[in-house]
This record gives sequence, structure tokens and C-alpha cells, in this order.
Amino acid sequence: MIIKMVESDNLTCGGVAMAESPEAAAGNPDQMHECLIGKRYVNAEETIEVLCVKSGQGSLYYDGEELMTKDTKKLPSSD
Amino acid sequence: MNIALFLQMAAEACPDRRALTHDDRHYSYAELYAAAKRAAQLFGAANVKFVSLLDVSSPAVPVALMGAAMAGVPYVPLNYRLSEEQLTPLLERISPAYLIAGEGGHEYGFNGWTVQSTADFLADSLAGETSEVIWNEDPAAVAVQLFTSGTTGTPKAALLRHEHLVSYILGSVEFMGAMEEEAALVTVPPYHIAGISAVMSNIYACRQIVQLPNFDAAEWLRLCVKEAVTSAFVVPTMLTRIIEEMEHSKLDSSALTSMQAIAYGGGKMPVPVIEKALQLFPAVNFTNAYGLTETSSTITLLAPEDHRAAIDQDDAAVHARLGSVGKPLPSVEIEIRDEGGKTLGPWEAGEIYVRGPQVSGEYEGRSVLDTDGWFPTRDAGYLDDLGYLFLSGRADDVIVRGGENLSPGEIEDLLHQHPAILDAAAVGIPSEEWGEAVALAVVLARGQRLSADEITAHIRAHLRSSRVPEVIHFTSELPYNETGKLLRRVVREWFKGEGS
Repeated sequence: MIIKMVESDNLTCGGVAMAESPEAAAGNPDQMHECLIGKRYVNAEETIEVLCVKSGQGSLYYDGEELMTKDTKKLPSSD
Repeated sequence: MNIALFLQMAAEACPDRRALTHDDRHYSYAELYAAAKRAAQLFGAANVKFVSLLDVSSPAVPVALMGAAMAGVPYVPLNYRLSEEQLTPLLERISPAYLIAGEGGHEYGFNGWTVQSTADFLADSLAGETSEVIWNEDPAAVAVQLFTSGTTGTPKAALLRHEHLVSYILGSVEFMGAMEEEAALVTVPPYHIAGISAVMSNIYACRQIVQLPNFDAAEWLRLCVKEAVTSAFVVPTMLTRIIEEMEHSKLDSSALTSMQAIAYGGGKMPVPVIEKALQLFPAVNFTNAYGLTETSSTITLLAPEDHRAAIDQDDAAVHARLGSVGKPLPSVEIEIRDEGGKTLGPWEAGEIYVRGPQVSGEYEGRSVLDTDGWFPTRDAGYLDDLGYLFLSGRADDVIVRGGENLSPGEIEDLLHQHPAILDAAAVGIPSEEWGEAVALAVVLARGQRLSADEITAHIRAHLRSSRVPEVIHFTSELPYNETGKLLRRVVREWFKGEGS
């Protein structure tokens, strides 16, 4: 996963802190609602936005708040 | 962030989906991703500062673009139509490079260069061991360097960093937004920004790319049918030729049942051409895209529903939008400013300024963005009161007659509507009385007769008298570059010595 618009260590996936080179960790079974590749996840204020680049079981939390998928307006293809 | 992510994600989500078709050969996303990783290793081992491609479209285009991104080396596609004298100074500016060259390009190269034919490069990239490539995530690294077409002087090297291209794609394309059966026919040359954005957009949407290296209307139509093409991007001259070819070969739109969407851009589309296209393909969604190299491609879009409304409604303002390039993308801001830098209101013509995360506005280390991040496009235009943008030409093309700014587009648009006129270009020539006066080059439609006096009378009847030309030349063809841009510099040359 890559992260946009955030300078924080309060972002977790499946209960485990997100890192450049993550170490294997057990995770939190209550935070396993899946993440889907290509989806963008935001908090209620949209101060943080995360693009999922690999699907997985873990779901994203920021400062304890679960991130939700962002609705993006579909534009006509111009290329 | 790195543009290589687009291919990695496509290969992760749909490895077996068809990514590319070229000359009847198909490539999956998994194959393309593996090829880009091998290419990255070749580029890394060559110890070069640039990766350059001097050839027509081929599978080497996405492989070299993505491989260079993974290797952390700027990708510089070059115009294969340039003469040796034009090309040599550009090559000197990208030394040392890993040069992938088509026919005739292998003689190029200097000390420290690696020069390979496109076929050899592809053979090396498509087979063999692959190991994982760890790429640089620096958003400010240069991903692509494009030399501008130089229609007005020495080509400038526009720099597009990963952050600009990633912003453009994430802001305009939905990941895996394409259905498995979708296929985009790509005919724009690889050295054009539209050629770069076509690769990235379609990969991120997981839409198959069908490549047609050299545009030919009959071949374009044949490929549409054969590969069940669902979308395409064309420049205005291509659309004109496609319509001519369909009329000539008595094809109707039922020959193109698979086609769902056609986007166009790269030059000003004459309104009669798009009107005809809308009649010919009633089921196709047409989108007009306006953008520049320096803005990572598209910044405004005229959507399919705007096209339909323009055709269906009698309201003059709605109909006029067919001549508009539409509204800015959600992440892009547009402003019109006068020569003194003052922001203008709706309907007031001036220079178009643009701002947004996809806007680079940078040439080889020199940024032309102002302190607030606005990029002066050098394109002239105006907004209507709903925010639709209309182009009136390059700011440098404005004809200043007796202190009045004339837009060549206004005169050309009128003449394009005339049934006896196929094409027209208005340029300024020196005039002792007025500073500049209007000169006109006209191409008559086949079998049509129209005198200079009749053209003058037609302009006088419809436009203000300052638009009436001093000189009219009849010609068989106007000079366009291969991406549909009118070469006004060449037209001006025709009138050398004709001023007063």
C-alpha cells in the first residue's frame, strides 16, 4: 500500500502499524474487513487518503477510526 | 510514488488479462510487467542517465517507459521523423543514454551509450530470468522528458516528474475501470504526451491497448473491426480522414459496432467535422480533451453529454459548446489573464493559465510557474459563464491590426463552415498602415470554385471589417505536423515579402 497526504504513524492495517519495510506481525482479528486493490480509503474529514495497491484481509485505521472507501467520480477516458 | 506502480497493480489484479496487441501478437499484464522488470535491469546495468526510444509505436514503448521508471532513469521518446541535423543536438542533450532505435537509428550513439534495435531490446526484455526490482519512490524524480515540437523555435525539454504523472492518472482514471472486453486503439506517436498518457491510463484502467504505429484511415477502420476496438483517441486530421474513408468506401457506422467512445484533441477540431462525426456515429461517446505536454496531458474535457446537448438543443449557447474544450478536471484550476496579468471574467479573451498537481511547467530545471503555481500556457482563450473553455489559438498567433487583437481562429472558423472551403489559415503579415494585416491561405474543396473576391465578401458579410484579408493564397494543402498542429510558421513564410 502506498500512502498519500499523511505524515503520521497512527495509520494501521489489520491492527499493525504501516511501515516502509514492515515486519511480520500477528495483527488484530477485529480489524480484518479487507482492503481492495485500487480503492482509495479516507477518514471522515478526508485529511488522509490511502490508495490500496495490494488486496488483503486487514482494514485501515487512522487514529483509531476505520477508513472508508472514497467515492470517485468517473470521468470519460480522454487518452 | 512511481508510475511503475500502475503496471505492478494491473499485473497483480489481472495478470492474465490482455494488456497489449501489436501486429496480431498479444501480451498479458503479467508478461508486460515481467518485461519491464527485465528492461529495468538492462537499463540499470548500462549505467546511463537517460533511456531513449527513437521509433514508431511497438510493445517496446510501455516496456521502456515502465522499465525506465523502475530503474530511476528519465524516459525520453524522440520524434523518428526528425532529420539527422534536427536529431543530433537533441541526442547531445541526453548523454549518455540507452537508445532503443528503429530502422536507420542504429548509427546514432556516442561514448558510453548503449544502442539497441527495438527488436533486440524486446527479445531481451520478453525472455529470461526476472528478479524483483526495488524502485525509487521519490515523487520529485523525473519520469519523462519530452522535447516540445519546436513549432516556434528550438525544442524545449519539458520535464514531467512522477508526482505530476501519478496525480494526473489518479485524478482522472479509475483503477481497473475497464471491462475485460474493452480495447483502446492507440495511434498517437510515442514521443507525444498523448502517447505517454495513453500507455499509463489504459494500463491503470486495465484496458487492452491495440497499437497502430502509422495512421492510415483504412487500416484504422480494419483494426477497429478485427480487434473489436471499444475506444480510440484521434487528432482532428485523423477524424477527417476516417470520415472521408467511410464515405469513400461506403461504410456506415454499423461497421464499427464495438466502438463506444472516441476522444479527440491535439489541435483545434473544426466544428463541421465533429458535427459530421456525431451524425455518423450516433451511439459513440465523443470527448474533447485539451491539454499540453507541460500539464501531463488532459486538463479540460468536453463530455459526451455536452456533445449530445449541443446537437439536440436549439439554444445558441449550448450549441456553441461544440467548439469548446470543456471544463477543467476536478483537480485542475483555469484562469484567463490579460497581458498585464489581471484575471479576466467570462467571455473576456486572454491567455489561459492553469494550476494543479499534474502541472509541471518546467523545462530542464527552469520552472515557468508563477509564485502561486500558475502555468502560462501561451494559449489564448476565454471561459463562458458556466466555465466552459474556448480556445482561440496560440497567444503568439494573435494578429494585432491597428491595436486590435484578432484571433485567427475566428476567421478560420467562419471559413470552415463554407461548403466550398476545405481548410483555411489566417496569419499576420507586416503592414505599414496597420502594423499587421490579415493574410489568408485557403484550400478549396474538390471540384469547387471560389474567387478571392468572393471570400473577401463572405468575410465582410459575417465579421467586422478588420478581419478582411489583404492577401489570399490558394493552396492544395495546409502544413500540419503529424499530431495535427497547424504549422503557422510555414504559412507565414508563404507570405514573405507580401506585406506593405
